Order: sequence, then structure tokens, then C-alpha cells
Amino acid sequence: MATTEVERRRGQLAALSIAAVVIIVGVPLWWRTTETYRAWLPVSQIKELAKLQLQLSADVEVVFARGTVTPEQQKKVPLTLSQDEEHIVDEKTALWYRYETRYRTATIMEEDALNQPTAAEADLSLHTLSESPCGSLVVYVIPESSPLLLQDVNVYIGQRRTAFLRVGTQMRVGRTLEQLLAHLEPQLKQVLQLMSFSHADITAALSDRVRLIPGNKGGIADSMRAFKSSPGYEITFSLLNPDPKSHRVHWDIEGAVQTYIQPLLTKLAPVANFSIDSQTLYYAMLGVNPRFDSSRSAYTLNVDSLAHVINPVEARLGSNAASSNPVLNFLLYIPDAHHSPLYIHDHKKQEVPSNAFHSPRWGGIMVYNVNGFYGSEVVYPVDININMAKVMGVFLAQLRLLLGVQSSSPPPGFLVAPCSSTGLADWELDRLMWSRSVENVATATTTITSLAQLLDQISNIVINDNIAQQVSSAVTSLQLAVAELEAGNLGFALQYSKEAILASERAFFDPSLLHLLYFPDDQKFAIYIPIFLPMCVPILLSLLKILSEARQKHREKHAKKE
Amino acid sequence: MAAYRCSYSAVLLILCICSVSTAIDSEETTLTGAHHVGEVDNTQTATETGEQTTEQPVVEERRWEAIDVEEATPGDSDIDEKDTSAPETIVPLTVPQLKDDFQEELVIRPLHSGDIYASFQFRTLWETDFMKGNKVSHYRLFPKSLGQVISKFSVQELHISFTQGYWRTMQWGQPFLPSPPGAELWVWFQDSVTDVDGMWKELTNVLSGIFCASLNFIDSTNTVQPSASFKPLGISNVTDHRFLRYATLPREIVCTENLTPWKKLLPCGSKAGLAVLLKSEKLFHSSFHSEAVHIRPVCQDLLCKTTSWELRQTLNVVFDLHTSGQGKREWSLFKMFSRTLTEACPLASSSKIYIDITDNPQWEQFELSPATPLLSQALVLGDRRTFSVYDLTQQITFGTVRSLNLLIRWKSNEGYIHYQPSKDRVRPHLLEMLIQLPPNSVTEVTVQFERALLKWTEYTPDPNHGFYVGSSVISSLVPSIAAMDTNSTLERPLFSSFFPCKEESSYFVRIYTEPLLVNLPTPDFSMPYNVICLTCTVVAVGYGSLYNLLTRSFQIEEPSPGLAKRIANVIRKVRGVPPL
Repeated sequence: MATTEVERRRGQLAALSIAAVVIIVGVPLWWRTTETYRAWLPVSQIKELAKLQLQLSADVEVVFARGTVTPEQQKKVPLTLSQDEEHIVDEKTALWYRYETRYRTATIMEEDALNQPTAAEADLSLHTLSESPCGSLVVYVIPESSPLLLQDVNVYIGQRRTAFLRVGTQMRVGRTLEQLLAHLEPQLKQVLQLMSFSHADITAALSDRVRLIPGNKGGIADSMRAFKSSPGYEITFSLLNPDPKSHRVHWDIEGAVQTYIQPLLTKLAPVANFSIDSQTLYYAMLGVNPRFDSSRSAYTLNVDSLAHVINPVEARLGSNAASSNPVLNFLLYIPDAHHSPLYIHDHKKQEVPSNAFHSPRWGGIMVYNVNGFYGSEVVYPVDININMAKVMGVFLAQLRLLLGVQSSSPPPGFLVAPCSSTGLADWELDRLMWSRSVENVATATTTITSLAQLLDQISNIVINDNIAQQVSSAVTSLQLAVAELEAGNLGFALQYSKEAILASERAFFDPSLLHLLYFPDDQKFAIYIPIFLPMCVPILLSLLKILSEARQKHREKHAKKE
Repeated sequence: MAAYRCSYSAVLLILCICSVSTAIDSEETTLTGAHHVGEVDNTQTATETGEQTTEQPVVEERRWEAIDVEEATPGDSDIDEKDTSAPETIVPLTVPQLKDDFQEELVIRPLHSGDIYASFQFRTLWETDFMKGNKVSHYRLFPKSLGQVISKFSVQELHISFTQGYWRTMQWGQPFLPSPPGAELWVWFQDSVTDVDGMWKELTNVLSGIFCASLNFIDSTNTVQPSASFKPLGISNVTDHRFLRYATLPREIVCTENLTPWKKLLPCGSKAGLAVLLKSEKLFHSSFHSEAVHIRPVCQDLLCKTTSWELRQTLNVVFDLHTSGQGKREWSLFKMFSRTLTEACPLASSSKIYIDITDNPQWEQFELSPATPLLSQALVLGDRRTFSVYDLTQQITFGTVRSLNLLIRWKSNEGYIHYQPSKDRVRPHLLEMLIQLPPNSVTEVTVQFERALLKWTEYTPDPNHGFYVGSSVISSLVPSIAAMDTNSTLERPLFSSFFPCKEESSYFVRIYTEPLLVNLPTPDFSMPYNVICLTCTVVAVGYGSLYNLLTRSFQIEEPSPGLAKRIANVIRKVRGVPPL
């Protein structure tokens, strides 16, 4: 009897120790070997970024020219005031605008410059005196008698970062500086809205994060027109000649690009890299048949049918083989001899003067009629030299629109200096840089937070070290960009925001994230069941048996005691 | 592809109708599933050699035109003098001299096997410089996508070919541009490239996007650097094979999605010129199809002062006349391509069709319509060939109907073959042959087939039994010894009057062969279940017995008495004696 008891004890011990080995060694071993590698991510910092508090600071300098301030007023300057504006866009995004305004009187050299005969010359000589940094503004307050501005013009916006503001008559004498400043305030605000960031631009730039409020249709259309921010763009000019039998077309695209497009792109270099291509496509047709308008003896394309024009052409354009940047397409379409001349009609059935249209975030198309080349008697093929100045004027305007260089109409009483040869004023570039920085920050934060969310939700995804590194660098760059925006260093802010967007996209689209993504549960069970089922059933059964025996013994002992 | 083969073997029905005119008892016609294709070859149609052709006097009304298909030899100079082709109709330009040039041509050669070989060549020459980081970004005739590839990856030379089918040199002779089955890519990089392998990897990815092919599967496991056999074909000073990469993908299947991007590279697309013939439904319904793109720098002139870049797009296709011919040996552009030509590509400086008539100088084999007075000779692959030339830039080529439909009609008409290929799971193969058999001979018709797997739902309940292929049929008129009565209205025994009799001297016979039982590979349908069961059993048995051994309580038991002892005890019990 004693030996059987010993045997039984030994069997129980063996069962227990097997269970212990399975639990202590087997389970951790299985856990370790089937675990997916997940590198550490800065989750807390990403969570902070999900709640975006953007502060934009702009430095404004207001310079009083001689004759605009009284000596008493002059005593109080130089003076620095700052102005804050807060906008809560939605529960996760808040915007702070801060204008650091410094008031001072003009120096002698500036006075000299302001005595130039015209505003444009004054603008130029002030620019040579001192160059204001990216993102800042200088507003010169000039007396009413100044000959710089015409009669009905109160504000002149220069080509650089300067504006001239004429002070009203009633403010000449006997007021305190505060009153003067309060008087200048509304106009100054308008100047700032035009030359620096405006709330509409910034909210449009945030469209990646914040759902736009429906109702403001025009604003949405405006914000949808421009291309999304990207580190580079490919610009492709295509000459579409659907009828090479009748027309032999020549265009000096190389020269035209050098003359018209390159200066603008050089100016835009801090925002993005650009590369330019051109090609000629033969037998490339528009997708719609133009209607013949007998009253004008011309073919017409209605504004409603323009949407169908692009798709068939797009198939011929081809994608860029050498990069994955977005492509801006500019097409010059020469109508074939049987459908010529061809005019684009707007909603009011009127001919569009430029005979061109653009498609948001895609590019522009211009129809170039060549009837003038036919002469009295036509001998096909006709040789046609394209007037590139006319074409490039249209394309340049479209390029500005598509890149987001907005030319919002100035308020009454404002005069904006005409474009220089570069096609872009300094303050326009600043505006673009403000909205691009904010857009980049918004996009990068969305990418990073959604990546973190995704990784959090799907525990099967392997996170390699290089992804963790990309995420960390994106987060660091984002923090730097936000800090630089706060400090008002626009150039650096844009630079860091570009780095952030690059790193975040690289992390998000890394192919290694997809390796183990598809591992359904039924397959897991199919693999585990043949091993685990025969192993666990006896262990569990013997454990249950041991437990019940122990309980039995306990009960017996209890009964004995009683 | 697998599915196609499936039905090919599963529902293979062959119908052979052979008309035997003489000595039927000495002949034996069999149908076997052996491994080689028996071609019904007629050696009597052997053609004349090239030498004979050149020696024959040229017919007066034919004119000669000098061309260079390959390098022309000095012997061709006498031909040049006879060049009286019509003057150029293109008015000289008043606009800046264009630096690029486009040519197109089509060569058609009737092959000995009775097939037709059509070879398209499109050449774009561009006087520009892609070398040494020179940024080229304005394109006219040269396709932008390829230009960007050349500049981005510093490519010196690029050769890519996609081929479906195998070129049968024994039957077809040499092709103008040979290419292996599947995809082939070889690239010479410029010597300024430092990371050749990285460039090669990226280049294959980009090219796979451009040509919609699986070139992205090219990696170090199938890339080689031949040191001797793949020298640059254009002008080049790089001969170090470190800058060469060569890869083939034999599995690559070529289809419409590869042809469409290839056509897009042509300046006229498929809208005008010879490229209108390139309809994919016809091109891929052929025995051999190969399309290629070759880019290389070439000399602009004899002294090689300026270089230009040549893009040569070639497409070679061999059409099988029997699949579509309905027995008649006749060939036309419309029949093969379902299109006729109406114009040359307006951008092409030359646009020509060449028909190889070397073996047919006196039109004794086939005739050509419309006839052309223009003739040309060229040295191709070491052989002097004569061609009829149609110049598409001349309006007269198209005649009054304003369209050109070349027609080749063969004169001799031996046999009749009707072949209707099968459609997957729709209809079986049908092969009918009208053959005149010589007496005392053995004729063997063999059909090659492949065994393939069916879809698993298509197997019969007893798949191991095999699949039947119906009998083939031989129908013939056999000469009879006694004269037959052809009047069918006469009273006759029923068994003798089923087949109608047309001639008195012969009677009709139909012979059926044995049906064929084909064993198809049969999968093991229970395999996954078996694996799971087996694994479970092994693990359960191994682990269970171990576990049992360890946890069972053992106790010593009295050894049980032996069988004899037990029987003795039973007996003792009966007897009332105490047990042992």
C-alpha cells in the first residue's frame, strides 16, 4: 500500500513538473519566438503633436517719415507693441497669430529714399538700403503731401517687403501717439492681411487636419486649386498636334522656358525643387467633339464639356519615369484643320479671351488657333511658328495659380506694384512660405499620428529600427518647425517642415511595414492546434485530477477533525 | 496558360480525314500520342537559291532602288546607278533644321514552311547628347519617358526585348533580329556611374513600369556581366564589362499590355503609318511574336564628328497560314492585320514596305498584287536578297482606292489542311487534312500534347481512370475491282447501299481509330487533411506516451500464471483438488 502511495505521489509530481516546465519554459519561449519586433516610438511626443498649437509670429516695422509725427509723439518712439490673436479651429487645433510691431522714425537715408519721384523707385532704393528678413514687413507712414502716391491711392504695396501708407489729414496735429496708432490700426491690419499670412490662407493650409466647414464654397475651390505641398514638382509642357499632316508646328520651348519660367522658379527655389520637360505629341485628340457654331463660323468648346477633355489626353502624356513628384501639365493644343478655329466658351457663352483653362491640381490647357497661317491658298502641311510670348503669358498665370501664389484682389485704395521680371514679389513668396510651412506641419503631424495609431491598432506589424528612426527624426523636425514658426524664422520653419514631411512619408510608406501584415487567426490555429491540443489536454486533465484529489483530502481531514 | 493547356489535353479531339487514292491495303495511317510533330512536308516545292536569282536578267520595267538594310557592300554600287526612283515630294523646310528624324519600314518574307514573317522597324535618330550629366529635357520625336530614363540612369546603351514563342531556325531560317523567349534586357552604363548595381536595380524597376512587364523581378540572382559576348553595338569607348548588366526572364509572358506602351513610344502612335497594322488581337494570334527596343549612340556621318542617339523599335511576327487560311494559300495585309494602309506617318522621312522575292524572281511560286516596279537588293545575314519595294510616301503607291492591301497568292496548291484550335472549355481542337498518299508507304500523323492539371472541380469522380480522346477518322475513296452500279434507285441489299456512289471505279471507306485514353496528372485531393492528421497523430502519440510513462503510477503485480497452469487449475477445480 505504501509503495502504491509513493508511486501515486511520484506521478502527481511528474504531472506538476511537466505543467511547470510548460508554463515556465514553454510559454515564454513560444511568446519570445513568435513575437514581432517593435522598436520604441516616441508615442508621448506624437500624442502631444496630435494636439497642435501653432503660433505664427511676424515682425512688422512701422517707420514714420518726416512730417507724420509731432515732436511730442516722436519722443515716445521707438516703441514696441505686440498683438495676439487666437483662433480655435477645432478641438485639436488652435492657432495663435502674433504681430510684433516696432514703431520708429525714419533715418536720414530712408528719408532720402522716400524723396524719390515715384513709389517704385523709392521701393527700390529702400531695398538697397536694407534688406528685411524673410517673413518680416516694413510699413512706411508717409505724409499726405508726399508725391509718391497718386491722388486716390492710400496704400502702395511694393515688390519687396515694403508698403507705403499715407496718413490722413485729420491726424496732423494735437493728438497723442496712441490716438495716431489707433487711427493707423485698421489700414495696417489690411496691409498685414495682404502681405503676410491671413486667417483664410492658414485654415486652407490646414485642410489636411481640419475638415473644412461646408458652405464656404468659393474658399474650398480656391484651396483645392493649388497643388499640395511637395518637396519637388515636375513641370511638363506638351505640344499636342492632332494633325501632323496639315500642320508642321515649331515651338522654341527651350528659349521660352529660359525667358519666362526659369526666373519664377529660381525665386521659388526655397519652397520646392522644380524640373522642366517638354514633349511633342502627335495625333493626340481631345476627348470631346467641339460643336460648330455657324453664327461665328467657328468651333466651340463649352465650359461643361471641358471636364471630359483631359482624360483621353492624359493617357498619352505619360508619367515621369525619373521621379515621383507631382507633375504640372501644361498643354498647348493646336486644333486640326477641320476643327479650326476652336474657341472655349464660358458660362455666358462668351469666348474666353485667353482661350485657355486650367484643371485644379493637374495643369492647364491652351488652345492655339492657327488659321492665320493658312494664307490665301493652303498647301498642306503648313509651317507654323508659335508665338511663345503669348503662350507663356497664359501658362505663367496658370502656374502661379496652381502653385498657390494667390493674388487676392486688394481692398479699395490699395495699389499693388506690377510684377517684376521674376513674376513674383518678395511678399508673395513670404505668403506662400507661411501657408506651405503650416501645410507641411499639418500634413506631417497627420501622417505621424495616423502611423502611430495604425501601429498601435495592428500589433502584427513589425517596426524596424529604421522606421523608428524616421519617426523620431520627423517628430524632432516637427517640433523644430513649430518652434521656428513661433520665433518668426520663416525660412528655417519651412526647411524643418519639409524635412518632417519627408521623414514621415518615408516611415509611413516603408515596405517593411507590410511584411507580416497578413497573418489571419485561422491559419494560426491551424498551425498551433496539432501541437497544443495533444499537449495541453493531458496536462489540464491531470492538474484537474490533482486538484480534486487535494480537495478530497482536505475535506476528509476536515471531517476527521470534527 | 495552365488552363489553356488543360483543355488542350483534356478535350483533345482530332479528326483526320485522309483521302487515299491508290493501294489502300499497303498503307497504314496511325494516330499516336508521341512526342514529335510530323510535318506534312513537300520537298518538291524546294525553292531556288539566291545565287540563281542574282544571275537572272532583270526585267526591264522594274526599277532598282538602293537601300541599306545591313551594311551594303561595294558590289552594290552598280545598283545605285540604276536608281531612278521618283523625286522627293517633300518641300524643303523654311524653318530651323530639325535635329531628329524618323523612319519606318516593314519587311515581309514568305518562309519555306509556308508561314509569313513580318518584321517592323521604326527608327528615331536624334542629334543630342545624353552623356556626362547633360540635362536633356525637350523632346520632339524621341519619347520623353525613355529620354528621362537615359539621362537619369546614365545609360550608354539599352536593349530590351519581349518575345512570345520560339524562333524555329530549322523551318524559318534566320530572323533579322534574334531574341530569346521571354524578356531580355541588357544595358551598358556610362563609365561615370559609380554604383552600377544600384542603378541597374532602379532602372529595371522603372522599365517594368514603362513596359508593364515584370522586369522588377530582375535581381542579382538572374543578372550576369558577360565579358566577351555582349559588346556595345553603338559607338562607345567603354568596353569594361563592369558597366554591363544582362538579364533574361524566360517566364515573362508577352501580351497586349506590353504592346500598348511600346506603340506609345512611336511618334505617330498607332494612328498613322505602318503602326496602324499593329492590332494586338491579330499580332498575338501568331506563332512567334517579338518586340524590342534598342537605344544606342550612333555616328551621324562617315567621319563620326557628331553623334546622335538612335532609338530602334522592332517588332517581328510570324503568322501561321494554316490556322487562318481555310486551306487556301493566300496572304494579304488585311487578312493578317485586319487593316489596310492608307498613308505613311507624316513625321517619317521614309516609310517603306519590302517584300522578299528572292526565291520567286519570275513569279512562279506566288504573285504579288498590286505589282510594284521598284526593286531593291540588300545583303542580309551574308545573303544577297531581292525585295519588291512599296514607298508609302508616294501617293501613287496607294492607287485609286487610296488604300494599300498587299496580296500574296501562291500558285501551287498541294493538300488541304483545316485546323481549328480549341477554346478553353468551349470547343475542342479540329484538324482536317486532305492528303494524297503514295503507294506502299507508311504515313504517320502525330500530335504533341502536354499533360496539365485541371481545375480541381473538373476532375471526374474516378480521375485515375484517365480521360478519353475520341477516335480519329479516315475517310477515303478506294478503287474497286469490280465496277459499281451508280444508280442508287435500283433495288439492292440494304447493307450495300448506305454510302452513295459517285464513281463506278471506287467505293467509299471510313475508318475509325482506337480512342485514346490519356492519363492526366491527378493531385492528391486529401493532402492537407492528411498532413494535419499525421502531424496530430505523431505529436499525440509521442507526447502522450511520454506523458503517460511519467505520470502513471506503477505497482508490482504478481506475475500471472502461465496458460498450462491455468488450464491445469481449472481441471483441478472441477476435480475438486486445490489449485497449484
